Amino acid sequence: MDYPMFLQLLDSTLRLATPLLLACLAGLFSERAGIFDIGLEGKMLMAAMSSGAVAYLTGSVWAGLAAAILGSMLFALLHGLASITFRGNQLISGVALNFVASGITVLIAQDLFGQGGRTPPLEGAARFNPIDLPFAQEVSGVPILGPFYAEVISGHTFLVYVAILLVPWSWWVLYRTRFGLRLRAVGENPASVDTAGVSVVRLRYAAVMITGVLCGLAGAYLATGLQAGFGREMTAGRGYIALAALIFAKWRPWYCLWACLLFGFLQALALRPDLIQNSIGISVPVPALDALPYVLTVVVLAGLVGKAIPPRAGGEPYVKER
Amino acid sequence: MTKLPTWADVVLVPLISLSLAAIVSALVLLAIGQSPREAISVMVDGAVGSPYAWGYTLYYATSFIFTGLAVTVAFHAGLFNIGGEGQAQMGGLGVALVCLALPWPHWTVALVAASLGAAAFGAAWAFIPAWLQAKRGSHIVITTIMFNYIAAALIVYMLVDVLRPDGQMDPATANFPPGTALPTLNQIPGLDLIFVKKVPANVSLFLALAAAALVWVLLWRTRLGYEIRAFGKSEAAARYAGINPVRITVIAMLISGALAGLMSVNNVMGEAGRLVQNSSEGAGFIGIAVALMGRNHPLGVILAALLFGFLYQGGAELGLWTSIPIELRIVVQGLVILFTGALDQMVRMMLGVVFRPRAAKAA
Repeated sequence: MDYPMFLQLLDSTLRLATPLLLACLAGLFSERAGIFDIGLEGKMLMAAMSSGAVAYLTGSVWAGLAAAILGSMLFALLHGLASITFRGNQLISGVALNFVASGITVLIAQDLFGQGGRTPPLEGAARFNPIDLPFAQEVSGVPILGPFYAEVISGHTFLVYVAILLVPWSWWVLYRTRFGLRLRAVGENPASVDTAGVSVVRLRYAAVMITGVLCGLAGAYLATGLQAGFGREMTAGRGYIALAALIFAKWRPWYCLWACLLFGFLQALALRPDLIQNSIGISVPVPALDALPYVLTVVVLAGLVGKAIPPRAGGEPYVKER
Repeated sequence: MTKLPTWADVVLVPLISLSLAAIVSALVLLAIGQSPREAISVMVDGAVGSPYAWGYTLYYATSFIFTGLAVTVAFHAGLFNIGGEGQAQMGGLGVALVCLALPWPHWTVALVAASLGAAAFGAAWAFIPAWLQAKRGSHIVITTIMFNYIAAALIVYMLVDVLRPDGQMDPATANFPPGTALPTLNQIPGLDLIFVKKVPANVSLFLALAAAALVWVLLWRTRLGYEIRAFGKSEAAARYAGINPVRITVIAMLISGALAGLMSVNNVMGEAGRLVQNSSEGAGFIGIAVALMGRNHPLGVILAALLFGFLYQGGAELGLWTSIPIELRIVVQGLVILFTGALDQMVRMMLGVVFRPRAAKAA
């Protein structure tokens, strides 16, 4: 594999890692507040459909983005109702909402456009187009770093850069603000937060709604950035890979970035099995690459590589003592 | 919160949850400009309106009984086995390997062998998550989700690179030998009077019913079942009573995985006659809805499986005869899971208001 080829691979790594990263950070907020969320997949799907449909109807990708966030937040609210207000089983709620999303996105898209559950292809201002960073052309002549800047760093869509910037932002919110401290506390020991006079319910709703917004970005990116329009089941398990990445990252923002880049790299490799064949001379079956993120996560879960300890109060509804 | 009488908890809560799911589904239909009345009549006609329709409903129900029982057994041990889908697909691999291994002389012999294969492969796929949960404390929900995807990838590899016959384009195994064909209901003497046309429901329906009876005996009439339920109620108390948590976790998941795997006898051996990609078609997940709806009791599971069989066959008919997309059944399935599994407290709170004055009067 030569250098330009490698850069291409990194370029698609970044593109494929973006939805994972957004969903992973989304899950980070919810789970750090003690609300397990296996409904990332459903929220992304709902967001993807909303953005695809609204962007097509209005011709504006920004309207699509807003619709994506609203659609995803609606599902987040339902998850919050079930798991916070009614103290239901968070895992079951997540599973249920994934199914609802999987079906209802097709129903709505079919009703609106009658194209077999797809939205019509988006073009022009209805989707996010690549942004060329300053000086990309000028520095591309610089050896090694120049092409890296021009090929890999520059030329992505808006939401790719947003996703990357959200990593330090998440770190700052969770570790450097009062809200973040309380949010993490509510995931470890909600009773102590309650004793301090802070509302557990309000904090957890806030966390779940942030999850909704971030999943909205992830879904919008799928339908308006990575691809041009919504297709049925277009998330293709990305919500679960993001969940795996979150565990792989041991519920920490910067680790989320590395985990998602790794899993994105594996996805990029799975698209180009010939590259592995050419560079190491062994043909690796594509399914093995597809399965690798999940296998790696199981290995981490098994505690073979460090230990992944989830937030202590995760998955348990908080009942105020009477 | 008012404690509900047992009958209300067992009968009323699921019925109200189901009605809520039905109402929301009807609203969804209205919202996309379809008629719920027409939808329900097409579904009833196509799923229970004739013996032929019943033949399909029962076929789906057979699979759902197996996967529902799988979730039930794990639930009683306090484990949420969300990996029924992967275990069922691995069970399908077991069925395929057994069926293709020998020129089976008669379907009875093949059925026994294939059932063992399906159960063994399903159980094996549940073993690693179980062991990791028991020994390393890895959350079984997450590991079983991961194993669903690993199973899917493994099956793709097996079908594309290993089991696909030379010269065949689609990723599937060869057709099973004729000796493995299970009699369908229209081929069984006596039942052929009712089922005159060929239907997919087959003898594995009776295997499923037997499995339900066995699960009941296991859970409520054996020492092991008692240990499983005790462990599920309170791990600390069970441990104190000398119940080995590792043993119970692993055994409960092995049984659960075996039951999920057994569903492949119905669809892979009984219907398709070969293994294809994604053979279980989501039945593993429907098992969750079936177990929740059936209140984790084998009898309830059978009833709920029939209900979902109706929903699946009826939904397929909708896709055929109306402009309502077949995906409606996934929405209904999700809503049933949501209302019975996650919003059940909401229903109980609502009922609590109804029952409170009466309870106060009695006191």
